[in-house]
Amino acid sequence: MVKTKTNTEDYLRMYRQMMRIRSFEDNANQLYLSAKMPGLTHMYSGEEAVAVGICEALKVTDKITSTHRGHGHCVAKGANFKEMFCELLGKEQGYCRGKGGSMHIADQSNGNLGANAIVGGSMGIATGSAFTAKLLGKDDVTVCFFGDGATAQGLMYEVMNMAALWNLPVIYACENNGYSEYTKTEEIAAGSITARAEAFGIEAHQIDGQDVLAVNELTQKLVARARKGEGPFFMELMTYRYHGHHVGDINREYYRSKEEEKEWKENRDPIIKFRSWLVEQGIASEDEIEAMNAEIKKDAEEAVAYAEAAPYPDQSEVDMHVFTDVKHALA
Amino acid sequence: MREITLSQAVNEALAEEMRRDETVFIIGEDVAEAGTPFKILSGLVEEFGTDRVVDTPISEPGFMGLAVGAAMTGTRPVVDLMFGDFIYLIMDQLCNQAAKTHYMSGGKMSAPLVLRTNMGATRRSAAQHSQSLHALVAHIPGLKVAMPSSAYEAKGLMKTAIRDNNPVVIFEDKLMYNDKAPVPDEEFLIPFGEANVKRAGSDITLIGTSSMVQVCEAAAEILAKEGIEAEVIDPRTIVPLDEETLIASAKKTSRVIVVDEGHQSYGITGEIAGRINEKAFYHLDAPVLRMGAMDVPVPFSPALEDITVPTPEGVAENARKLMSGEMIHAA
Repeated sequence: MVKTKTNTEDYLRMYRQMMRIRSFEDNANQLYLSAKMPGLTHMYSGEEAVAVGICEALKVTDKITSTHRGHGHCVAKGANFKEMFCELLGKEQGYCRGKGGSMHIADQSNGNLGANAIVGGSMGIATGSAFTAKLLGKDDVTVCFFGDGATAQGLMYEVMNMAALWNLPVIYACENNGYSEYTKTEEIAAGSITARAEAFGIEAHQIDGQDVLAVNELTQKLVARARKGEGPFFMELMTYRYHGHHVGDINREYYRSKEEEKEWKENRDPIIKFRSWLVEQGIASEDEIEAMNAEIKKDAEEAVAYAEAAPYPDQSEVDMHVFTDVKHALA
Repeated sequence: MREITLSQAVNEALAEEMRRDETVFIIGEDVAEAGTPFKILSGLVEEFGTDRVVDTPISEPGFMGLAVGAAMTGTRPVVDLMFGDFIYLIMDQLCNQAAKTHYMSGGKMSAPLVLRTNMGATRRSAAQHSQSLHALVAHIPGLKVAMPSSAYEAKGLMKTAIRDNNPVVIFEDKLMYNDKAPVPDEEFLIPFGEANVKRAGSDITLIGTSSMVQVCEAAAEILAKEGIEAEVIDPRTIVPLDEETLIASAKKTSRVIVVDEGHQSYGITGEIAGRINEKAFYHLDAPVLRMGAMDVPVPFSPALEDITVPTPEGVAENARKLMSGEMIHAA
């Protein structure tokens, strides 16, 4: 573990945020398995140190764009459980009034410009957000989250080229979880991923995405430099997805082994690793951590119960929000 | 009143709006010093600088995506797409991202951008530089679509588009850039969704879009000499569509031809004809006739290209058939 100069509160918040993501996902998975959730969803479990390490280095005014596997980013950027579960269940009190769902969850109040159901689809949006900061003279930084699968999309290279030409304050954060849907990344990505960014003259780092402190320390440095106009930057975060591509992808031995999953879950889990470090360093006791876990679990369960009982949007909302200036588009 | 070209009208609209609102910027290929291949933007980079008149690499999806993100975070991009045919390249960013931003976020986010591009055949530019693809985007909820028919509309609609909080696509007919029309010196805007009755008449209604307005006006001149009084209507925007004015005219004249330069099948002509059939059926004395471009890729040879688009003579001929009671395409 890399040691960063920060305080106990920051460490505990990082732990707490990682645990909140895990807890959120466990509950979301249960909602799916018990057929209480419409559609399906993509679990972030196993990748928590990436979202938390990065978002803990950002201010609330900094922006992120997210992916179909986006619950982790949303929580890490400051979202509440209640509005998130309401959105997953298509309820009126969801972040998007139930119109976006899991794959489009956005939390503008915390600078989350939204998840995106098109792989690589938000790379232009993230780069444009950084363009706004530069044009209007704001010091916001934008982080573009995407997976290794998205590195196969042409849009990525078009916008990285422009970001590099114009020194935009954007950080491209590639969460390499080893699988592009149901296919090993090595089968879809030729050469090196970081070298692709370097070809544009973009400084690129490959880093252990299971080490929240390492991720946080690197991000803090890159964010500070991006604010000064030294961007863009590229990070490849080596991580792992515990679940399948989505919650319904249960029998996956044809593309990865149970032994491999076991290895990551038992020996490389970002939460277990950070927890032992906190105890080892005397930052928190086992009891304190257990109490925190219990409180998070209770919060999540309460939010699920709240969302289950919450009302659906009225059907009259179906043609609202098509245009900003027309209350009902079909009236 | 002074007369200026359509090209000058667009240039004036952009300059006025950029002076009024510093968040407005232009982005696209060769928009700065080159002023576009059609020289529409000449002089703007000198006044507003390269920060606000931004030359991009030849990366249409990239700069379109960037514009979506910029629009979502507080600016008003005017995207210059050099040829309307390139719209296929940007469909994901325009239709999956920009068009759905407001809806998917439950009304919390929006993408106030303008995509200005062109349309129109008979410039001997063959199948990939001559298409009129407005029907493709008019099909997508969340996008507004404007089709100026002269310099006057080009200016007024552009200014309205830039101030609109929704994504707006403006199709300029590239053959009309040098056409002059009276345009007031003083500032004016043309509201969306208000059709313009260009010529009043009682025998037949000719609804035309973009350059087809001129075709309809010329047809009306021919018909007037034969004692047929045609009413010519320019919807000016096809989304929103001023159904009321179109229906009222159909009820008055009882015969309608809809003329548009997009392909006839599954196009604007069919959509408008369908709405008139639904809402003015008992007032009609003849089927509403569609006249679009031929359902063929635009051919290069002048001998072939010229016959693919509606002409004044063709419109007049069909008007005579409707007037004489001859049922077009009847079995």
